[in-house]
Amino acid sequence: MSHATGQKYLKQDSLPLMWCSGCGNGVVLGALLRAFEEMGFKKNETVVVTGIGCWGKADDYITTNALHTTHGRALPFATGIKAANPRLNVVVLMGDGDSVTIGGNHFVHAARRNIDLTAIVVNNYNYGMTGGQFSATTPKDSYTSTTAYGNPERDLDICALADVAGANYVARSTVYHGYDLQNHIKEAIARKGFSVVEAVSPCPTHFGRNNKMKVSVEMLKWLKEKGVSREKYLQLESPEQKGYFVIGKLVDRDAPDFSACYEKIRVRALVV
Amino acid sequence: MQREAKLIQGNQAIAEGAIYAGARFFAGYPITPSSEIAEECSRVMPRIGGVYMQMEDEIASMGAIVGASLTGAKSFTATSGPGFSLMQENLGFAVMAEVPCVVVNVQRSGPSTGLATKPAQSDIMQVRWGRHGDQAVIALSPSSVMECFTLTVEAFNLAERFRVPVILAADEIVAHMRENFTLPAPGEVKVFDRKKPSVNPDSYKPFEPGEDGIAPLAAYGSEYVFHVTSSMHGPEGFSNNSPANAAWKVAQLHKKIERYRDEIVITKTFDVEDMDVLLIAFGAVTRAARAAALEARKEGIKAGVLQLVTVWPFPDREIAELGKKAKTVVVPEMNYSGQVAGEVTRVLGPATDIRRVNKYNGQIITPGDILEEIKRGAKEVL
Ligand SMILES: Cc1ncc(C[n+]2csc(CCOP(=O)(O)OP(=O)(O)O)c2C)c(N)n1
Ligand code: SF4
Repeated sequence: MSHATGQKYLKQDSLPLMWCSGCGNGVVLGALLRAFEEMGFKKNETVVVTGIGCWGKADDYITTNALHTTHGRALPFATGIKAANPRLNVVVLMGDGDSVTIGGNHFVHAARRNIDLTAIVVNNYNYGMTGGQFSATTPKDSYTSTTAYGNPERDLDICALADVAGANYVARSTVYHGYDLQNHIKEAIARKGFSVVEAVSPCPTHFGRNNKMKVSVEMLKWLKEKGVSREKYLQLESPEQKGYFVIGKLVDRDAPDFSACYEKIRVRALVV
Repeated sequence: MQREAKLIQGNQAIAEGAIYAGARFFAGYPITPSSEIAEECSRVMPRIGGVYMQMEDEIASMGAIVGASLTGAKSFTATSGPGFSLMQENLGFAVMAEVPCVVVNVQRSGPSTGLATKPAQSDIMQVRWGRHGDQAVIALSPSSVMECFTLTVEAFNLAERFRVPVILAADEIVAHMRENFTLPAPGEVKVFDRKKPSVNPDSYKPFEPGEDGIAPLAAYGSEYVFHVTSSMHGPEGFSNNSPANAAWKVAQLHKKIERYRDEIVITKTFDVEDMDVLLIAFGAVTRAARAAALEARKEGIKAGVLQLVTVWPFPDREIAELGKKAKTVVVPEMNYSGQVAGEVTRVLGPATDIRRVNKYNGQIITPGDILEEIKRGAKEVL
């Protein structure tokens, strides 16, 4: 069996990628485009919606339909697309800033509505594009351009938020675990309803440099060590304090999605 | 078929106008005094194959209608002051990405939460300049329930023709007023649909204007594949930061409206042929101005009214033409700073006798308020 390369979804004339060397975004992009190929997605039936940020620039390299929106608002734009034409495959690419910091409200409500979108969130623990300031996922006490003495605020768990808000599918992976990442992306896209894949990813230029992981390899080692299965996580002693996090599928539901529910409303409206 | 007149509210007429124009997607967040539009859409949209979405806020509402429009659906939202403020960033997106849609702003008294249920006309400058970045915009202002309907249809037509968001700058008075209304038969009022591409999908450029200055717009899900961005972009829709491209794009956003200015600017006149006193009004205040002009004529003062149906682009030429025939000009509006009077002064020049009638206490400007100023003007200038 030949392996998917994702090449036909890659906009060759936009290369080279704008991202810094050692940035994890390219790995996530590769996983996404290979997932598209394996799923046989047609470019005209697929819309990639992005927010604003380093990861939010990914649409520049993708040959499907695309919509590059405003910071934090990719989900509402995508919601309009999907609700108006439920036949489209709509994938939303957001950073941790986009998805759960400035756009946190939309994230909660997209999950609650269970609208059939797939959110691929690259969590690099900071605002890469604007120079590495802290975001809602920056770990407490870590250093960023705006937390010179350590972050006084607690961090938010993207997957736990998606879970309580009602997403049908939630998984976390890292750019070190590329193959798993790609499989989670495929499962997430295939699942009806709101799905989230959090890809923990190195930003060596900012978060890495500010936190004693200047080169990407150090960050990859860190991802390899800290990203563990749920079973392993439960065996560890105070894993949270030591910076461990669970990778793998975290939520697996099959609740009806927004469009299915709205279809029922349409039937009811005609009867009344 | 017998068509019956029914007594309906301006807000309902706006919803009816949108549906008549072909709107099949509404996203909004409730706010007085616009909520009846959302409520009406929530009842009607599911019955006609459309979608009503109540979003988590107005930022999301604006984003959702842009997304829906790009799938080919005619879409709109309705809001008031605080919500209109929240919409500005994504409204600017619709300008930049040339996405047709309609935004209804039922103006209420501010600043901030202000007098939440009371009328105002104090967002006229926000409508024009509320977003960052230089851009042209189209805005219409209805003065009756029937105009709520016809101007909503017109707003969609302009949005579709020129690939722009169009703002319906209504006010609490017309929105909540009830008047007799007869729904026009299908076809009776012209409805325009956006121009779609006809080229081979491989050569489609979503931002390349045709000879008419407007780029055809495909729909996501059609045979065309296209890229849309809030960033500066070239005709292909991909980021392009070159100075030459930026200059072209910003100019293009203005020029497509400037070129069709005469078709976009709508004004109405009442008794202006022999007038000495010209009243310039818009929205609900037009009604008070017309009543005041009739009253003035009874007292021997020749007053006439120019109604600005289109408020943006500003009807410079129409105002200049009538203004030079008038001995005095009176501009009544429900705001403190004279947002429209300032523009009228810009057009007619400081030498013209321009009188302002402003009310900003949440109360309607009455014919009496305007008549008082007409009489004062007549005494001083005529
Ligand atoms: C309304 C608004 N506020 C602020 C910004 C500036 N800004 C651009 S990208 C960004 C943060 C990006 O961080 P994230 O979403 O985590 O993506 P990353 O760059 O790390 O991939 C910010 C604050 C903006 N574009 N718009
Ligand atoms: S700044 Fe960070 S996130 Fe942005 S491209 Fe560079 S490494 Fe990647």
